[in-house]
Amino acid sequence: MDYLIHLLILFAIYAILSLSLNLVMGYTGLLSVTHAAFFGIGAYATGILMAHAGFGFFTSLIIGIVLSGILSFIIGAILSRLSGDYFVLGTIGLNYLVLAVFTNWYDLTRGPLGIAGIPKPSLFGVSFFQNNYFLILSLAFLVITFFISRFIVNSSFGRALKAIREDQKTLQVFGYNIFSYKLAIFTISGALAAIGGSLFASYITFINPASFDVMQSVFILAIVVLGGLGNLKGSLLGALILVAFPEFLRFIGFPSEIAAQTRQAIYGLLLVVLMLYRPQGLIGKYKL
Amino acid sequence: MKAIETKNLKKHFDGVYAVDDLSIKIEKGTITSIIGPNGSGKTTLINTLSGMLEMDGGLVVIEESQKLTKIKPHETPAFGITRTFQTIRLFEQMTVLDNILVVLTERQVFKAIFDKHTNYHLKIAEELLKKVNLWEKKNDLAVNLSYGQRKLLEIVRALAMKAEIYLFDEPFAGLFPEMRKIVVSVMEELKKEGKTIILIEHDMGLIRELSDYVFVMDSGKLLAEGKPEEVLKRKEVIEAYLGD
Repeated sequence: MDYLIHLLILFAIYAILSLSLNLVMGYTGLLSVTHAAFFGIGAYATGILMAHAGFGFFTSLIIGIVLSGILSFIIGAILSRLSGDYFVLGTIGLNYLVLAVFTNWYDLTRGPLGIAGIPKPSLFGVSFFQNNYFLILSLAFLVITFFISRFIVNSSFGRALKAIREDQKTLQVFGYNIFSYKLAIFTISGALAAIGGSLFASYITFINPASFDVMQSVFILAIVVLGGLGNLKGSLLGALILVAFPEFLRFIGFPSEIAAQTRQAIYGLLLVVLMLYRPQGLIGKYKL
Repeated sequence: MKAIETKNLKKHFDGVYAVDDLSIKIEKGTITSIIGPNGSGKTTLINTLSGMLEMDGGLVVIEESQKLTKIKPHETPAFGITRTFQTIRLFEQMTVLDNILVVLTERQVFKAIFDKHTNYHLKIAEELLKKVNLWEKKNDLAVNLSYGQRKLLEIVRALAMKAEIYLFDEPFAGLFPEMRKIVVSVMEELKKEGKTIILIEHDMGLIRELSDYVFVMDSGKLLAEGKPEEVLKRKEVIEAYLGD
């Protein structure tokens, strides 16, 4: 039962990350491979503030969201001027850049040693130390993220995002400042990803740069693509499948050490197969 | 009154002038056709006027007052300009209705986040889509429409902009006669409302039927201009364009 709760917490965290990435990738059509950077900013903000400065979880979370929002605004301002392949390369470069900060700003992040002893959250005297309570907290944040995302995609802003995905040059002729739109959704997406980061840091109680590298971005991207581009429920489905996937490998008889090692190869293969046969994902409507 | 005017307008690609020192004046409330052989610069002119291409020289004057040496595409609605495209450019994987609503609703980013379309917007969309018999298809994806229906959707999307100057780039190409009639009636209606239409078209019958004035372009330059019945008889026009 404990293990199932553990998997459900990871599902909630990755669902938050994939929902927020879907706003940029599935709805706006911007293939971003930098989401782990925002995930990491949320995680490091929470880790540093809780473990080293004695802040509470919710204060750290809010600071993490604001910080990630500001940094994603800056990163978005740079990236929004790019399009197509250049945009993708730019996102990869910026993920490496943020990772380099996590790794080398030793005084703040303790570099490769990471930050240990991050406390679990507590609210009004109620501790979320037990995993079943932490699961409730994670699912609550997932529900909040889902409804924020749904509110956005159902608004006039959301419709314009879809039009950017379809043909941004044409949309401009109808009076839309595309740059502002891309920047806004990039900022919102980065801020939402920080929620996943804060939960991750507080749940695992230890973070280091390895959790926020480009492979992590590719993993989140794989969740979005598998579930369905431009479909919020697809992000939930994708997260459920890919978080449960290593357990499935173990279940069919893969030794656990091989399951862990082959996981990334199978994710890669899965992406190739999806692009060939179902580029819109399992329940998605749109192709990249 | 002149709706739009170009003065020594230039646009070049790698040294080749697609629009070369072009000066034309277009009267408000008229249908003005721009004709010329393929590669004569007609679409480049439209792309420049709609800000999709940056001009390399000269200026554009709107309603004899606003002098522009640079037009940003997202600012063109503020100048009362809208357009359709030679090669259809719809928001393909969006519904027919959303293709219209996206040009009716809020543009400003922060307001748009908290904005949703209203019954007022739906009523306008319904009226426009019924005009071209597409209301029944409102929930279909644009990509799934026939070629002619896609062309008509593009035209009513432009109408939804309530612009003063409409740039129609080959709106009749590939349309069945019934659909052509619809487009003709749309243009006549716009003219009655005092709107200005700049039309790129190859069908000389339609040019004669619809146009108040014609500009003939060749190699980016103005070759001739005048009333359609006069211009189409000129020897240089026949040689350059009709190839006779």
